[in-house]
Amino acid sequence: MITTSALQVRYGDTTALHPLDLDLPAGRIYGVLGRNGAGKTTLLSTLAGFRKPSAGTVTFDGVPVFDDARATTRICLIRDDGGLGDGTDTLRDILALAAMLRPGFDSVYATELMDRFALPRKRTLRTLSRGQRSAFGIVVGLASRADLTMFDEAHLGMDAPSRQLFHDELLRDYVRHPRTVLLSTHLIEEQSPLFEQVLILHQGRLLLREDVDDLRTRGVSVTGPQAVVDDFVFGLTVLGERQLGPTKEVTLFGALDEEHRTLARRYGLQLGPVALQELFIHLTGGAA
Amino acid sequence: MFDDRSPIYRQIADQIKGDVLRGVLAADDQVMSTNQYAAYYRINPATAAKAFQHLVDEGVLYKRRGVGMFVHAGAQQRLLRQRRERFFTEVLEPMAAEARALGIPVADIVARLHQLIPGDSR
Repeated sequence: MITTSALQVRYGDTTALHPLDLDLPAGRIYGVLGRNGAGKTTLLSTLAGFRKPSAGTVTFDGVPVFDDARATTRICLIRDDGGLGDGTDTLRDILALAAMLRPGFDSVYATELMDRFALPRKRTLRTLSRGQRSAFGIVVGLASRADLTMFDEAHLGMDAPSRQLFHDELLRDYVRHPRTVLLSTHLIEEQSPLFEQVLILHQGRLLLREDVDDLRTRGVSVTGPQAVVDDFVFGLTVLGERQLGPTKEVTLFGALDEEHRTLARRYGLQLGPVALQELFIHLTGGAA
Repeated sequence: MFDDRSPIYRQIADQIKGDVLRGVLAADDQVMSTNQYAAYYRINPATAAKAFQHLVDEGVLYKRRGVGMFVHAGAQQRLLRQRRERFFTEVLEPMAAEARALGIPVADIVARLHQLIPGDSR
């Protein structure tokens, strides 16, 4: 279990993370979503103990994560820049080091993954392409088998087949070795099926936390003649609206009750589902 | 594959119900395990588990502890009954409304139905 209590992070005058109380039970895959600058990286690096909270605490199974090896050896954060040394070490050396530092590291599995991603062991990190560096981060992250494994947009630059391999291996290894996984991403449609729960950060605050499958039912679009739609949505939570000639489409948040569904049928309004990514865009301030 | 517009667990459940309905999955056939399902469709295992639990609650599947999930003997008949009830409200009523809006005579519809479903002239 990861627990944050009144966790706050400030950079000078800027508050990157407003006071946050969070309990994340172990053994699940969480998705962390948010627009650029929403606080995803700040949150993950603070949970990993890389960054000292300005206020409040982060504990992992009751142990504070900052500056405490009992916690940090059980936590692995893979960042979008790889974050694995200065780039002059060979991949083989980095893997050997990871195996020394991390009690749960599985070198056999790491070798298998290196082959599957076709990564050259003898090359140095900085001679790799962007996508290869990311893939190597994935290898380290998965083979570490850390109780808390976090991927902070670790897939950046990876092509579609490599990302699919990442997703397959993540699920395969998660089933074999259940652990807590946090995955931050902008690839909502592609990666949301992997999550059990989703956290949406917005402007340094936790906007929403919900089972991702429940969230899929939360948006409703209503389409019809403008005046009728305006009447219908009065008093409901409107996330966004678009107009094409006399026709208006409104996106609502929250499931419609039976009364509203009956009304919609009576007035000939069209009700439709809202895809997760669209819902996310509306919830975080619309397209901009 | 699954879309992003309705709960994945429900889409899985509907897919399995469809297989039972068509007899692709017969009574007492074993279905894939939650983990196999999750791996095959690249979805979270908890989501697959929720779908299976849903199907157990609805009496479509039953669990044999330590062995797996199987198709309930009466499931196909029960699903057929449900679908037949829904056919009139979900398929026929919208069709009738559309036919009326377009001015299509009932006799034309009946004639076409006889062509489409031959051998049933009651």
